[in-house]
Amino acid sequence: MKLNFELFNPKGFISEQQTDLIITVVALLLIAVIPALVLTFTFAWKYRASKQSKFTPNVSGNTKLQLGWLGFLILIIISVGTLAFKNSHALDPRKPIQSEKQAITIQVVALEWKWLFIYPNSSIASVNFLQFPEDTPINLEITADAPMNSFLIPQLGGQMYAMNGMKTSLHIMANEVGDYRGFSSNISGEGFSGMKFTARASSDRDFNAWVETARISSGSLNYNELAKPSKNNLPTTYLVAQTDLFDSIVMKYGEPIHVR
Amino acid sequence: MFGRLSLEALPHEWYTLGAVVSLGLGGLVAAIFLSKKKLWGWLWNEWLTSTDPKKIGIMYIIVALLMLFRGFLDAAMLWFQQAVLNGTSYGLSADHFQEIFTAHGVIMVIFVTMGLMFGLMNYIIPLQIGARDVAFPFINSLSFWLYVAGAIFLNLFFVLGGDFSSAGWLAYPPLSGLEYSPGVGVDYWIWSLQISGLGTLLGGINILVTILKMRAPGMTLMKMPMFTWATLCSMVLIVSTFPLLTATLVLLSLDRLIGTHFFTSTMGGNPMMYVNLIWMWGHPEVYIIMIPSFGIFAQVVSTFSRKKLFGYSWTVASLIAVTLLSMLVWLHHFFTMGAGANVNAFFGIMTMIIAIPTGIIVFNSIMTMYQGRITFGTPMLWFLGFVSTFSFGGMAGVMLSVPAIDFQVHNSLFLVAHFHTMAIGGALFGIFAGFSFWFSKITGFKLNEKIGKAAFWCWIVGFFVSFVPLYVLGFMGATRRLDQYDPSTGWQSLFIISFVGLLIIATGAFLQVLQLIHGFLKRNENKDLTGNPWEAEGLEWSTSSPPPDYNFAVIPGTNKIEEFHMPKNTPIGIYVSGFVFLVGFGAVWHIYWLTALGIIGAIICVIIRALDEDTEYKVILK
Ligand code: HEM
Ligand SMILES: [Cu+2]
Repeated sequence: MKLNFELFNPKGFISEQQTDLIITVVALLLIAVIPALVLTFTFAWKYRASKQSKFTPNVSGNTKLQLGWLGFLILIIISVGTLAFKNSHALDPRKPIQSEKQAITIQVVALEWKWLFIYPNSSIASVNFLQFPEDTPINLEITADAPMNSFLIPQLGGQMYAMNGMKTSLHIMANEVGDYRGFSSNISGEGFSGMKFTARASSDRDFNAWVETARISSGSLNYNELAKPSKNNLPTTYLVAQTDLFDSIVMKYGEPIHVR
Repeated sequence: MFGRLSLEALPHEWYTLGAVVSLGLGGLVAAIFLSKKKLWGWLWNEWLTSTDPKKIGIMYIIVALLMLFRGFLDAAMLWFQQAVLNGTSYGLSADHFQEIFTAHGVIMVIFVTMGLMFGLMNYIIPLQIGARDVAFPFINSLSFWLYVAGAIFLNLFFVLGGDFSSAGWLAYPPLSGLEYSPGVGVDYWIWSLQISGLGTLLGGINILVTILKMRAPGMTLMKMPMFTWATLCSMVLIVSTFPLLTATLVLLSLDRLIGTHFFTSTMGGNPMMYVNLIWMWGHPEVYIIMIPSFGIFAQVVSTFSRKKLFGYSWTVASLIAVTLLSMLVWLHHFFTMGAGANVNAFFGIMTMIIAIPTGIIVFNSIMTMYQGRITFGTPMLWFLGFVSTFSFGGMAGVMLSVPAIDFQVHNSLFLVAHFHTMAIGGALFGIFAGFSFWFSKITGFKLNEKIGKAAFWCWIVGFFVSFVPLYVLGFMGATRRLDQYDPSTGWQSLFIISFVGLLIIATGAFLQVLQLIHGFLKRNENKDLTGNPWEAEGLEWSTSSPPPDYNFAVIPGTNKIEEFHMPKNTPIGIYVSGFVFLVGFGAVWHIYWLTALGIIGAIICVIIRALDEDTEYKVILK
């Protein structure tokens, strides 16, 4: 059992930048927090009543000082704000990741209470297990046929809500081969805590082999059966005949609301 | 006839049955005691029907402390499950676990923090502004009783069965919709919030008008004590945002009752709309509970440093800025719902901007200590505890408001740690500071400072032991609200540390109870005869401890002793809230005649009250 500080142990193109951002922002904020704490305890100690140091009961303000820390706080917030703005764009989950390699699209459906991953180009699907090649941009299209969930693999990138009748998107890319923890982070009913999966970044060859095996050895997917509530499902693969399965799940709820 | 309420719905689990039995026994003991001592009349005439804000304030505090007890037990169960029972077969079921954290959140935010705040405000605000009463004494009693009705609603399922909502304290649809939560749980949740929310709105209007209209001559706005200023800001937020909560809950209950499609996934409904609406109330709500504490701390630090508050007008301006800005940031609770980069960045930056006035408030408090004569009474210790915790909580808050970071830590234990730091280290510590500050004013006797300080140390140490592990767990990618997690994650050791912290906090709470009992037993030795034990400034300290019914014989700023009128006590507030309770009860169980009866009854009571001319009595002081 090894403790894994996932947020400081990023393995993806997006998550690495998020980690850097966390560290930078903490450093900037400490510039304000540390003086506040130091001043508090210095003053509390230095001006304790028993010590009889200088006493100025009637001083009730000082405009220069006020402007001083107003400016100081504004500067810090401007720098954090700039970072926030830039990275909202740079790390926008809707933005495709640029790479020489061809991106792979995987469709994600949150069900009661498991994750269904559809590989539209390979005609297979898997439950509670996600595999993809490393160093390849992955376009995730996300929806739900269940209460709201949130799809998250901390070591690869941020999270995105999965909602009925809507399609959200998330882009990730793994930098290293490995198994990463994925799960839902938004309460979605009884089986919520079991909505976890392994996200496996592998070499291209292993990925293709996995797809081949899935194609040969899986039964075909009966979506309506799978969509029934069930808990703690084991990883399984399926053959998918229906090419527009994902869209039909989105459309099931009527006119879709596109959250591109 | 009885809608969904059938024999099967009645309680049959050990914990609900246990609650019924213990409630019954407790009630019986209380009833026998009251009858023996012939205290029924006293209880009814002097307390329950009172329109005196001081008595209403004390009743708020008592109910809120009872709710705190329940909220604390809930927390202990949640923690015990995660620290000890994870992976065993003895734990709570997922559903039960989810009901408990849902109840825990609602109780702590709505019934504990708000109740304690309203208690203090009712007692202290009229005193601080030199008034004999609040603007609308009857409405005050009604607000309190609506709050009580809401609190009963939240606990009703123990007695009457069904279950409580398991959809989280803000009950996002579609999970809270009919499709995924067909039972009565979400309805209990809706009506608990709806009824107490109505009370809060009325109470907010009342205190707002009191502050604006009833200040003693000479007390201009810019002479008001900081707690009054902070309360004013908090009440402005209540009046601006609680109607939103009411409306949102009405829409959700329509979805559940008559099958409309405001927030469903199908038929053009939109759950995202709900998420927006609930946070447009929800974010201001967290500031409603925080802002009054800023005011308490400012007064505490200036009293215990023997100095004027540093930068009074800057602090006032900052409070106002926080108030206004807090209505413009709600989207930071769901950056991860798919909005565009510009929208997220806008709300992220608006959120950070709040840190500027917040920082000014804190820096001004700190600067007040500069060249002071600081003594470390219990209230001052709570202030120092506040600075230590709040700085980190604020830092975590600003981190969460950077959208690209939030994508990682949203819904994680890091978020849980953030808001507990703010709500406990900020709001609750402020309330405790206020209690120890004004306690002798309220009761006429002083509390033992030694026990009070020991309690403080338990709280602050327990707090860090309990919540630092949660920040760490957040960095390990641990999600909130998990009833089960994979033991191979190694999180358990941290959960255990956190649970130990909870035990230390419990010790602190126990010491506080002990301090109360001790103070009460020794009340004759520790009388506060001066009315101003801390040598503080402010009108509340110029009258006796406890103050007479009418607060001030002579209104400060005037010099003639006059005759004046005080409101008579009235039971109508209790009746109205009883009828409103029936409205909710009927709606939960689909007993529509009861709902109709409740509406008619409440309206009739209000009419009777409105036609009553004889609501005041005359006081003539010699
Ligand atoms: C410097 C000031 C603050 C900032 C910048 C800030 C920022 C934030 C942000 C961005 C979130 C959303 C995080 C997420 O859901 O991913 C959040 C959540 C929260 N904050 Fe704060 N906050 C501040 C002060 C406070 C205060 C004073 C309180 C209460 C006393 C508070 C209570 C909460 C609560 C209860 C939640 C989460 C509720 C939930 O999701 O169930 N915050 N805060
Ligand atoms: Cu917020």
